[in-house]
Amino acid sequence: MKRSIEVKGLDFYYGNFKALSAVSVDVFRHEITALIGPSGCGKSTFLRCLNRMNDVIAGTRTEGSIKIDGAEINNSSVDLVDLRKKVGMVFQRPNPFPLSIFENVAFGPKVHRMAKGDELREIVKSSLQKVLLWDEFKDRLHKNALSLTLEQQQRLCIARLVAVKPEIVLMDEPCSALDPVSIQKIEDLMRFLKRDYTIIIVTHNMQQAARVSDRTGFFLLGELVEFSETDKIFTAPSDKRTEEYITGRYG
Amino acid sequence: MIERSFEAELSELNDLILKMGNMVQASIRKSVEALKSRDEQMSKQVIASDREVDDLELLIDDKCVTLIARIQPMAADLRFITTAMKITTDLERMGDLAVDIAQKNLELLSMPLLKPLIDTPKLADIAMRMIGESIDTFVKRDSTRSIKIHAMENEADKLRDLITDELMEIMTKDPTSVPRAIPLLLIARYLERICDHAMNVAEDVVYMVEAKVVKHMPIEGK
Repeated sequence: MKRSIEVKGLDFYYGNFKALSAVSVDVFRHEITALIGPSGCGKSTFLRCLNRMNDVIAGTRTEGSIKIDGAEINNSSVDLVDLRKKVGMVFQRPNPFPLSIFENVAFGPKVHRMAKGDELREIVKSSLQKVLLWDEFKDRLHKNALSLTLEQQQRLCIARLVAVKPEIVLMDEPCSALDPVSIQKIEDLMRFLKRDYTIIIVTHNMQQAARVSDRTGFFLLGELVEFSETDKIFTAPSDKRTEEYITGRYG
Repeated sequence: MIERSFEAELSELNDLILKMGNMVQASIRKSVEALKSRDEQMSKQVIASDREVDDLELLIDDKCVTLIARIQPMAADLRFITTAMKITTDLERMGDLAVDIAQKNLELLSMPLLKPLIDTPKLADIAMRMIGESIDTFVKRDSTRSIKIHAMENEADKLRDLITDELMEIMTKDPTSVPRAIPLLLIARYLERICDHAMNVAEDVVYMVEAKVVKHMPIEGK
């Protein structure tokens, strides 16, 4: 199993507040890794460390090492645009641009000057196919993205990422705005996408982590308490704190 | 209709139960054949193969626990998985009883047979048919055959009583026959217990299919 991300001794500070403490973890390629834990435990902060989204927040500081494909991402020489192209992110609420379906997906490849003309159209088509929107919208690509259902918008946001050919997809509570049937569809999509991408999902919904992920990490008070195969975490966790959390005795 | 992501895992669980049922049925068949033919080698094979049945029980239980934790099954799925766990317990016990029969076979080898075996093979035949039927009801999700299986169990009880009475009579008349009669008495008891476990399986299938509890109920309730 090939490692995609290697994190060693990661500390993260918001000013004087230490939000992550000595986090070390390996994320494997073509797997879905779920991060669970109570609110404020550091799981979203950790996720945002992986594409340096925290850099935009003033007064933050990172210590320790994060390597993606063997290369340290916290070096000052790292090009953040390239990093975020390689490590894309899907957010809680779908955030399509107020543009057409086509323009949403074409946006990334245009900005990165990856393609134009027929080649660009081909990228849009294959990206929409990957998120299973193509068949429904191939004749309505100029429809405004904001008119789609929330689930379709979330799919579109994933297509927008896929279009710039990322390696890693970070998902921060991607289903929290969706109803149960839509959640199942997005989970099916995640299983489908992991053949091509490494997926890391932060979720408040433990059952979702159990259903969809290969490995699960449990965060508590900025510490990665336990990281293991999902089967193990949900049937026989090693740490008492994990057991208490997943059985509803904590938080 | 949405294709559910865990359908394949449920189907795999179904296949494993079927495999375990076939293994146990084969063990019981061999143990009875070995009794009839006084075949030492075959009895030893039955004893050795029990390990495979035990391993399969552990594998199925582990799969069930993992499925419950990961897919949070509801209604028919939940009944299917919990029933699978109960059925493996009954099947494993049946496998152990086949081993018990094989062990008694080995004891009997050192002594001449007390009497020609007539009712014991009949009882064994019922046990075999009951296992076949009960596994089939599970695989086909057919809860309608539990009454038929119950009738077979009654038949098995009567045969066991018949064998017991006959052996008691022989032992009473000739106390030196006791060492040869007791293993046969126990074998009849083991075969009857196998029938009880097969009945449990059939009753669990009624719960799985119809969400109706028929255990510990008079026959009219089934």
